[in-house]
Amino acid sequence: MRLLSIAGGLLPVAAVVGALLIGAVMLLVLGADPIKGFSALIEGSFGSLKALSDTASKAVPLLLVGVGITIAFRANVINIGGEGQIVLGAMFGTGTALLFPHLPGWLLLPLVMIAGFAGGALWGAIPGALKAYFSVNEILSTIMLNIVAVQIMNFFLQGPWMDPAEVEKGSRIPQTARLPQQADLPLLLKNTRLNIGLVIAVVAAILVYIFLWRMTEGFRIRAVGFNPFASRYAGMQVNNRIVLALTLSGALCGLAGAILVFGSESHRFVTDGSATGFTGSAGFNGIVAALFGGLHPIGTIPASVLFGALLVGANKLQRVVQVPSALIIALNGLVVVFVVSSAIWKRRLDRRIQLSASRANDPGGGP
Amino acid sequence: MKRLSVILVLVFALVAAACASGTSSTTTTASTATTEGTTQAAAEPFKIAMIAPSAINDLAFTQSMYDALLAIQTEMGGESAVQIDYTDNAFVVDDAAAAVRDYADQGYDLVIAHGSQYGSSLQEIAPDYPNTSFAWGTAGDTFGLSNVFAYEAASEEGGYVEGVMAAALSKSGVLGVIGPIEVGDAKRYVDGFVAGATAQNPAIDIKVNYTGSFSDVALAAAAATTEIGQGADVLTGSAQMVTGAVGVAQQDGVLWFGTQADQAQLAPDIVVASQVYEWQVVVDQIISLIKGGTLGGQSFVIDLANGGETIAYNPGYSLSEDTKALAEKTIAGIIDGSIEPPRPAASS
Amino acid sequence: MSEFFKIAALVTTASTGIRYATSYLYAAIGETFGQRSGVLNLGVDGIMLLGAFGAYYTTRQTGNLWLAMLVAAVIGLIMGLAMAFVSVTLQAEQGISGIGFYLFGLGMSDLLFQKLVGTPLPIPGFPQIRIPWLSELPVVGQLLFSHSIIVYGAFLLVPITTYVLNRTTIGLKIRSAGENPAAADTLGVSIARVRYGTVMFGSMLAGIGGAALTTELRIFQSNLTAGQGFIAVALVYFGAWRPVGVMYGALLYGLVASTVLQLKTLGVIPRSVSDLATMLPAVITILALVVAVQRERQPAALTKPYQRGG
Repeated sequence: MRLLSIAGGLLPVAAVVGALLIGAVMLLVLGADPIKGFSALIEGSFGSLKALSDTASKAVPLLLVGVGITIAFRANVINIGGEGQIVLGAMFGTGTALLFPHLPGWLLLPLVMIAGFAGGALWGAIPGALKAYFSVNEILSTIMLNIVAVQIMNFFLQGPWMDPAEVEKGSRIPQTARLPQQADLPLLLKNTRLNIGLVIAVVAAILVYIFLWRMTEGFRIRAVGFNPFASRYAGMQVNNRIVLALTLSGALCGLAGAILVFGSESHRFVTDGSATGFTGSAGFNGIVAALFGGLHPIGTIPASVLFGALLVGANKLQRVVQVPSALIIALNGLVVVFVVSSAIWKRRLDRRIQLSASRANDPGGGP
Repeated sequence: MKRLSVILVLVFALVAAACASGTSSTTTTASTATTEGTTQAAAEPFKIAMIAPSAINDLAFTQSMYDALLAIQTEMGGESAVQIDYTDNAFVVDDAAAAVRDYADQGYDLVIAHGSQYGSSLQEIAPDYPNTSFAWGTAGDTFGLSNVFAYEAASEEGGYVEGVMAAALSKSGVLGVIGPIEVGDAKRYVDGFVAGATAQNPAIDIKVNYTGSFSDVALAAAAATTEIGQGADVLTGSAQMVTGAVGVAQQDGVLWFGTQADQAQLAPDIVVASQVYEWQVVVDQIISLIKGGTLGGQSFVIDLANGGETIAYNPGYSLSEDTKALAEKTIAGIIDGSIEPPRPAASS
Repeated sequence: MSEFFKIAALVTTASTGIRYATSYLYAAIGETFGQRSGVLNLGVDGIMLLGAFGAYYTTRQTGNLWLAMLVAAVIGLIMGLAMAFVSVTLQAEQGISGIGFYLFGLGMSDLLFQKLVGTPLPIPGFPQIRIPWLSELPVVGQLLFSHSIIVYGAFLLVPITTYVLNRTTIGLKIRSAGENPAAADTLGVSIARVRYGTVMFGSMLAGIGGAALTTELRIFQSNLTAGQGFIAVALVYFGAWRPVGVMYGALLYGLVASTVLQLKTLGVIPRSVSDLATMLPAVITILALVVAVQRERQPAALTKPYQRGG
């Protein structure tokens, strides 16, 4: 049985390997050396202190989004509005810093993080409320709100929030001024970009675990997901739970957005006009990380590190082997499909584990 | 169970990393030339890395720089003399910043961050690599750093010339412009175009439409249709999504003026001319400076005067001699300063 | 602003809106079938891109537009088969596997374009077909009867698919697979086969939608669809899983988008709020849905893989 458990845990990894094998074939077709490519992938993600810190930094938004997804999934809602919620969180955080640039760091930094949390919460609450009270399907509303979020972001970055220096010079690059230094996320390792965002994310994961498993409200959310009709019969308010689940999920995405801005290389809010330019598709990849981690807040921690490693390593692969970035995007897609598909084997394995466990407890058998 | 799998995976990863790091140089902050070598038989090629936000075949912004680098490579003796590596479609700013860092780490001589959104990250990265030269465009700011070059295009100049031509060629007196977002290079071009057209014909009506996206081709096509519906018989636009607008122009027999790259191939019948960015004029200078020991601190502009911008007439379109003469006269006027296209305003 | 209300301007706006809505429409109708049977396919955008590239490449190589449509349809079918396998047989989480397909399609289409074609070159498109006599009618003529076959095809699909869904046996099977698969199963409906069929059909239409887009725009390039596939999926919800509703949704979205363009061009919408205006189609779609409170529930088994015996 132990063997089965190990196999179960390694399944997502096996899926990734499977996808990478196809990637190797694609590399061959393109005339690139797959061995060189994959050793670049490993080197880029784990091969040095810098690589490890890059991986961890990449994992932070994935972890936060993923943990949020575990809440939403438990309540049986799909949150594909992560991209927009990240953007809103980034905007609220940036706005706060721009409004109160002279606050001391110990006050400004938490304030900015809370603002990010609030911004994402808002952007999760809207589809939540629309679903609960107007029966607007959350897939529709989150897709639309993603679009809306981008335009609002562009409006602010090209207008009121544009760096005054840019306006003065006439270059008008859509970015904010260098945000107040007190709000820089403190680094965990010197000379890397690894900041306390990692700590925040891990703490968030633990808190969510406690919330879902040890607190009444969290239990109710899980119950709603498990059997909405029974919960309704027992008098629990399904609608409010849905709103809460989406709000919390969005809030965590928003927090990720704030961390992305204040932990960024540039210490500004800047993008190319799209959401992805800022988020790096964390809003979607985080969902995969959650699945990779078995939809469990704690499991999402190693899952997002591994997925982050994959993303960082793949970029390194592109640079070393010089294939078009398009290949990396396609590879990302393959990994997602493979990991998500491997879940069935995992479920079957889990069932077999359960079966053998119950047999072990009751060797006499019998009905 | 989960813990065990995590441990297993981490062990696997560490083992793999140990193997991997044995084969390539570990990285630190300062950049050094790669220590492959032993005795230098052949000279090391000059290594250039380019990071750009769209595809290298976008027939616009990114392609203009990539083509320039290829031209330089040929001019300087091929792949043994100049090595060009690139990361395209780097629209995620954070990933692009990581790429810039990595190329610098790997000892590239020149790292080109071809996108104005990369500047703020570059400002933080460049000081960590004093021996690497960085170039940033399109922009004019070198952040006061001695290893950062900046380059930009005075696209308002070619825009002005094309605006003059467009106004001269328009029979309906209505022109149409399809832009992405009103920032940077696109804004300069459009402002120049509008000024040139108005100078040629003060009664000209110019419909300007910023669609809000650099990549939405369908939206650009719809914008073009809208403008044609309002009487525009000459169109222009900037950014890679204009291919949609060109397609509409081709269908409706409306003329097109292009910028950033030669767009004649998109519609051989109706493209009149394109303002082509010849970045090699600037990159040449940068490479010479680097070889001479200067790693940055200067900014460059390509314009009509230094040949960095050229107006490429489409041979497939029969341009009247009068219009061509008018264009040449305008170009000469801009070069000698008698005509002043609108420069990016430092606003008060 | 009065310029906008001139007949000619209104007609152009509406006609542009209709054309803009067309490529959404193919994909959205296809997705309706899949969702009606209980499968969510978020990878539509990626499949559209692959279909678009296939059509583009075929046209460049052979000049035959109909062959190109066929190629796009086949590509869609193949992708649909893969998606069905992942969603129905492997019972993977549908929302996410869809995103995986999207990324794959996005990357592959771009990669193939870079390696096989290199630089954007135009292709011919389907010609405009003016329906005799009807297209001479004032206003309505240009608005409804002067489009290309691609546009007509999309709108003709609406009554055809409505009929199939509501009045045929196969439509009944599809609907039951989505509403109550357990019951349908006991009645002998092979849920797996139905879902494979609808997903493949839906993907085929997505591929055709991509081909429609590339022949309308007469070009291909990286990320040609710019997210249209996602809007198509959203429209299925908007249309309450009925092709007619989906059509209204597509039209609403397309018309708002083209109205915004018209107003921007006329200068009614100042440049300073240009970005905010760009999001109007999305906002209005949500508002429209809120206002018209949905009576239709979604198919009960949507996104739930079916397993006999629970």
